[in-house]
Amino acid sequence: MSSPLAGDGAARPSPFAAALKDAVVSGVITFLLFLPLVGFRATESGSGPLTLTYRFGLCATFAILVAVLRLVLHLTIWRPGRQKAARGTPSPLAAVGGFISPMAKPAFFALALFYPLIAIVVTGGLTPSRYWIDLGIYIGSYVMLGWGLNIVVGLAGLLDLGYVAFYAVGAYAFALLSTSVPINDWMAGHLGENFWALWSFWVCLPVCGILAAMWGVILGFPVLRLRGDYLAIVTLAFGEIIRLVLINWTDFTNGGAGIASIPPISFFGIPFTAADDGFAARFGLTFDPMHRIIFLYFVIVALSLLTALATLRLRRMPVGRAWEALREDEIACRSLGINTTLTKLTAFATGAMFGGFAGAFFAVRVRFVSPESFTFIESAMILAIVVLGGMGSQMGVAAAAVFMIGGMEMLRNLSFLKSDWLLGPDFDPTLYRMLIFGFAMVAVMVWRPRGLVSGRLATIFLKERKKVSGDLVKEGHG
Amino acid sequence: MRRWETDPILTVDHLTMRFGGLVAVNDVSFTVGRGDVTALIGPNGAGKTTAFNCITGFYKPTLGRLALAHGGAPTTEDVEALTAAGQAAATTQAGALFLLERLPDHKVSSKARVARTFQNIRLFSGMTVLENLMVAQHQKLIRSGLLSPSALLNLPSWRRQEKEGMDRALHWLEKVDLVERADDPAGDLPYGDQRRLEIARAMCSDPVLLCLDEPAAGLNPRESAALNTLLLSIRADYGTSVLLIEHDMSVVMEISDHVIVLEYGKKISDGTPAEVRSDPAVIAAYLGVDEDAVEAVEAEVGL
Repeated sequence: MSSPLAGDGAARPSPFAAALKDAVVSGVITFLLFLPLVGFRATESGSGPLTLTYRFGLCATFAILVAVLRLVLHLTIWRPGRQKAARGTPSPLAAVGGFISPMAKPAFFALALFYPLIAIVVTGGLTPSRYWIDLGIYIGSYVMLGWGLNIVVGLAGLLDLGYVAFYAVGAYAFALLSTSVPINDWMAGHLGENFWALWSFWVCLPVCGILAAMWGVILGFPVLRLRGDYLAIVTLAFGEIIRLVLINWTDFTNGGAGIASIPPISFFGIPFTAADDGFAARFGLTFDPMHRIIFLYFVIVALSLLTALATLRLRRMPVGRAWEALREDEIACRSLGINTTLTKLTAFATGAMFGGFAGAFFAVRVRFVSPESFTFIESAMILAIVVLGGMGSQMGVAAAAVFMIGGMEMLRNLSFLKSDWLLGPDFDPTLYRMLIFGFAMVAVMVWRPRGLVSGRLATIFLKERKKVSGDLVKEGHG
Repeated sequence: MRRWETDPILTVDHLTMRFGGLVAVNDVSFTVGRGDVTALIGPNGAGKTTAFNCITGFYKPTLGRLALAHGGAPTTEDVEALTAAGQAAATTQAGALFLLERLPDHKVSSKARVARTFQNIRLFSGMTVLENLMVAQHQKLIRSGLLSPSALLNLPSWRRQEKEGMDRALHWLEKVDLVERADDPAGDLPYGDQRRLEIARAMCSDPVLLCLDEPAAGLNPRESAALNTLLLSIRADYGTSVLLIEHDMSVVMEISDHVIVLEYGKKISDGTPAEVRSDPAVIAAYLGVDEDAVEAVEAEVGL
């Protein structure tokens, strides 16, 4: 009897045979498992009785899929005796990453700037590009919201689950001010008939930011002594309270019906209309409603840029360093004479202000606000963008916003799943997009637990600006 | 010369700290001399760190008064007047007077200028060494306001201010021999360097009294000798008074001018290192026996 330690090659089955065997076994198990679950289907026919349909083909598809996947895995990643690449030598992927990363920022900004042009050229006209430019505006709003929340969550380490409250404050402030009859009349009396309709957005934008910041202070003052989970719960409650007030204070906010007929955006006082004094006529273009949409796109790009630049600048100021220090260690901050309450309050108010700007933009884009738009799922979405992007990282947050909002939109177009051999024409991919999306998020968090871009860049340096590894950076505890 | 009697920077009167039924510090009174290195020693659980936390504002004492004087020794009348007035701070002839128990913790550092380090190092580990020292100068750098326009727009006046901060940070980096590591994350430094960086960070906030909670813990003999030199130079070159908790007797006996011994929340001895070393109460406390049994135990262990 030969000893198992002798290990002569002939006695051992070849790796391929073992892999094949495993794949076949897995395939059979999958088929048997799926047989009762997927293979039989009882559908209600029109007249009433249930009819049984058999979908063995679908079961076989799944089984073959599993078998092939396992075979591939056995032959590549799980191959016995496969040596892992040494940690010291950079993998080809890392080399590509190192080559790309310095170009990522300029490329991103160039893309942001030329996106409408690309969309028009690719779709072949202004009107067909509408969907894509609208999508760009939608993503842009989330990039801005993500960057705004990034100040609170990423830099100061305060977990805010009610960020949408400030978004709502901004949107409603603009909606109420711009549709207010007394203000309109007063402005008409002093500055001309159409002044308020044309200029309301540009006048209200800073006001909305300031109002949102003020609400940030009002909320922050009592709750910032709380930490971690407790802070999260209170901010969550605040978000809900604002929404409920908006629903129930019908005299002021028009309740669930919302506020409609908000004046559209103007090109700094020039309306986007077909009239003689409209944007198209003034600039010698043929009128197209798309001009307004494209302008909106550039407004959100500018607002996002403002948020990014302000954050960059604040990070290099004592207050920004105090935010990050607060995230790292609050007790040490207090021992160094930093007023933690005031510092947290500035973070909260600054984040809220950008939320307010974004809210005003939302109101002028959609021209209709209602409490429906400011539910908890919005807060969760923005927070997910920040966490997924890597807390504190601007590029990461932007990438996450594109990935999440754009990806979610793309999942609407999974029509290939409807083909006969796969899931049949009754399958509605849009119903599953949240599920697919959830899987994608879990996958990202497994492979990149600190977000797409982990680590932070130092705000000041002596010889060279180094990147601090994400493992050392703390998330903060409120 | 007993400076702690003639020119105290900190006068602790009847300090008591209770946590529910536990009396951690029980009616302790002592003074810290201006420009002295004062050591607070005692067995584990004697209440040293609690007393420290009271002094640095992290705990509000149950009872007692902590009077810190800038400039020169305050007169008894000044202290009494400030206590009666119900205020936390006053200007006196010598300088300024603060009642630390009445100040919130961040003002103990920013106004009364008491800095501290921690027993378990509390650096901002995800920030670089240089950033740690810049955060420590927060108070100085926000003179023109927390959100000052000059800083927001990066105007020359702000850049000058920031340059000053950089120079001060660089000075301290040289002092603790960490210039080479300035751009590395603080969490990446070896333990001894982190200890020194924490002291440098505390010194960057420009304190008059530096409180060190076990600065030599975990250091090897060479590192703790370097620490002695650093502490002595802090006292000599910057006139900062140092109050330290320490178990390492080589540090305590070598550099301190004044030693206070606590046991079970009470002060059992107070004097120069030589006096304290020969105090039978201290020996008894450290050997863990009653005072009258000291001789027998000493004979047993061959002292």
